[in-house]
Amino acid sequence: MTDPALLQVDGLSVDYLTPQGSARACSDISFTLRRGEILGVAGESGSGKSTLITALTRLQRPPAVTSAGRIVYHPADGEPVDLVAQSERALRRRRWRQLAIVMQSAMDCLNPVMRLGAQFTDVLRTHDPSLDRAAAWQRAGELVRMVGIAPDRLPAYPHELSGGMRQRSLIALALACDPDLVVMDEPTTAVDVVMQRQILAQVLRLRERFGFAVVFVTHDLSLLLELADRIAIMYAGRIVEIGSSADLYHRPKHPYTKGLRDSFPPLHAPLRELSGIPGSPPDLRDPLPGCAFGPRCPRAHAACEQAVPPLRTVEAQDVACVLYDPQNPEATAHA
Amino acid sequence: MPDTPVPAPRGTSDSVAPVLEAVGVSKHFEVRNRGGNNAVVRAVENAGIALHRGRIVALVGESGSGKTTVARILGRFYAPTEGEIRLHGRPVAAGGIARRDYFRKVQLIFQDPFGSLNSLHRVRYTLGRALKLHGHARSRREVEDGVIDLLRRVNLTPPEQYLDKFPHELSGGQRQRVVIARALAVRPEVLLGDEPISMLDVSIRLDVLNLLAKLRDEEGLALLYITHDIASARYLCDEIDVMYAGQLVEGGPKEAVIQSPKHPYTRLLLDSSPDPGRSLAAGSASEGLFTATGELGEPPDPADPPTGCRFHPRCPFAMDECRESFPERTEFPDGQWVHCWLHQKGRAHLLAPAPPAQSLKETRP
Repeated sequence: MTDPALLQVDGLSVDYLTPQGSARACSDISFTLRRGEILGVAGESGSGKSTLITALTRLQRPPAVTSAGRIVYHPADGEPVDLVAQSERALRRRRWRQLAIVMQSAMDCLNPVMRLGAQFTDVLRTHDPSLDRAAAWQRAGELVRMVGIAPDRLPAYPHELSGGMRQRSLIALALACDPDLVVMDEPTTAVDVVMQRQILAQVLRLRERFGFAVVFVTHDLSLLLELADRIAIMYAGRIVEIGSSADLYHRPKHPYTKGLRDSFPPLHAPLRELSGIPGSPPDLRDPLPGCAFGPRCPRAHAACEQAVPPLRTVEAQDVACVLYDPQNPEATAHA
Repeated sequence: MPDTPVPAPRGTSDSVAPVLEAVGVSKHFEVRNRGGNNAVVRAVENAGIALHRGRIVALVGESGSGKTTVARILGRFYAPTEGEIRLHGRPVAAGGIARRDYFRKVQLIFQDPFGSLNSLHRVRYTLGRALKLHGHARSRREVEDGVIDLLRRVNLTPPEQYLDKFPHELSGGQRQRVVIARALAVRPEVLLGDEPISMLDVSIRLDVLNLLAKLRDEEGLALLYITHDIASARYLCDEIDVMYAGQLVEGGPKEAVIQSPKHPYTRLLLDSSPDPGRSLAAGSASEGLFTATGELGEPPDPADPPTGCRFHPRCPFAMDECRESFPERTEFPDGQWVHCWLHQKGRAHLLAPAPPAQSLKETRP
């Protein structure tokens, strides 16, 4: 955990401007990502995970607007830059080489009328014009071999590949220009558990080899607990808890984190009755004055409705819950 | 949130006749392939499943393994190419049980609660119509009472609040409850759930699973639960059947299947499923059974399946027999059964003892 910071996100807020008023999909998000770290982001649909991804990669399109905050990127050499303030032209130079993304639906991300190899050489030669065609094809072969695809599949079109192969080639494509940061948005939801595990084991192996950092977004907390170094739990556009995988699993602090953890039945541990989290997420267009989780929280009390609790460091993790406010008399009641 | 009893494991009830049974069913689809030639997709081969009153059977497998086809055969959406469906021991076929009488006993719950409710109708109409069509309510009063009772049974309380809602006004979990309530309206004996929770948000999935458990325990429904998530199958079900590429390869009481899988595919599936309890407890673990092979195997093309046991191209123990013919069923005293040559050829020791828990993070700094 002593690696230098790669990305510092500070007070990031994203609004969706709609005719019915604006909805804040990400609210005051702050975290630091270290070099080579895997940060998992978990939450229900509508919690703002995907909005966070598009904001981090500066890929968002109207009606989404970054309304506040900074995303400071620390390159290996050179001065830190704030990605929010960068022009599209300057960002374009950073994409692929420093910042890459793996999307959820591999079929939609690969060009259906280009051969797989051509999609690799396209990227490679755009970012390194000195590379000739044959060398780029050679390099494309090395990249797909890295993810377990035979280089003789390079002339294939995307529809000729299986779902797992398409997803793996997207991962290889993201690594084509040796980026510092790879952002992954549910990269394995469309593939089976067996393939999922093989893909993720490969991501971990490649991370050991190349040292890139990963922001991994998924709704599947049970998967993140195995994969990520640290996990941020999002609810209604805010990070409600962030900490190491082991701490979050064994000692969750926020009632939402607890509920989410207990929403996944165990595979081997003794069975007990689990109840999930009753209720449904709030409407982001009409935010509550207090904690957004209050109406669904089993430990809600008067203090929850007063103000949105800030992230506080409690033991090894940071948590946004009034139960950990030293000023709150209810806090002492908590074990 | 009302307390529902923990689904308790129970013994097999072979002594009791099954409510609904598929005996040796196969389903082949004729399709036109890329070259314009006709091909036959062998979606399900010689599958047998028995559903008993008050028990839940899980059918687990990857996408494309034929799980949904089995559900649709049981739901009489497709006629099986071979084999037969028996309801209370009576074969269901042309001239057999009439379709409406069949649907009165067997109801399907679909995966997508957004697609399976008519968005133009209120909950009252959707549920009331099922009651009326099946003759369980006539007068307006009876329909109203029936609908309220149904909503209460699926824990949509207070029911009055949901009567006049349109589907778009409900959350995914509430919609799926309405779908379940509609299935219950005909007073079925069997519910077939095709991935009933996979489209729902993680935090509300357990609520729906607990509801299905309640229907089993309190109303004695027989349930088929189709899923790719073996952990949820363990939570909800009594028995787990595992399907691979159209063939049922293993089945039995859930804890037997999960704690001592007898088929290499079941082992692969279990090793691949996320289980934070295992990996966070184990820390760094040794190489597992399947990572050593290195090759990223994929499920076969059902239009051109491998001969013999369809798992043999991915199986680390494959022998000549596996390529030639599909193995006979091997039965175990606790009710577990498997189709695998390892057990026929006395090589079962290769599977046991279970390898050390394999963590995704093999090397941690």
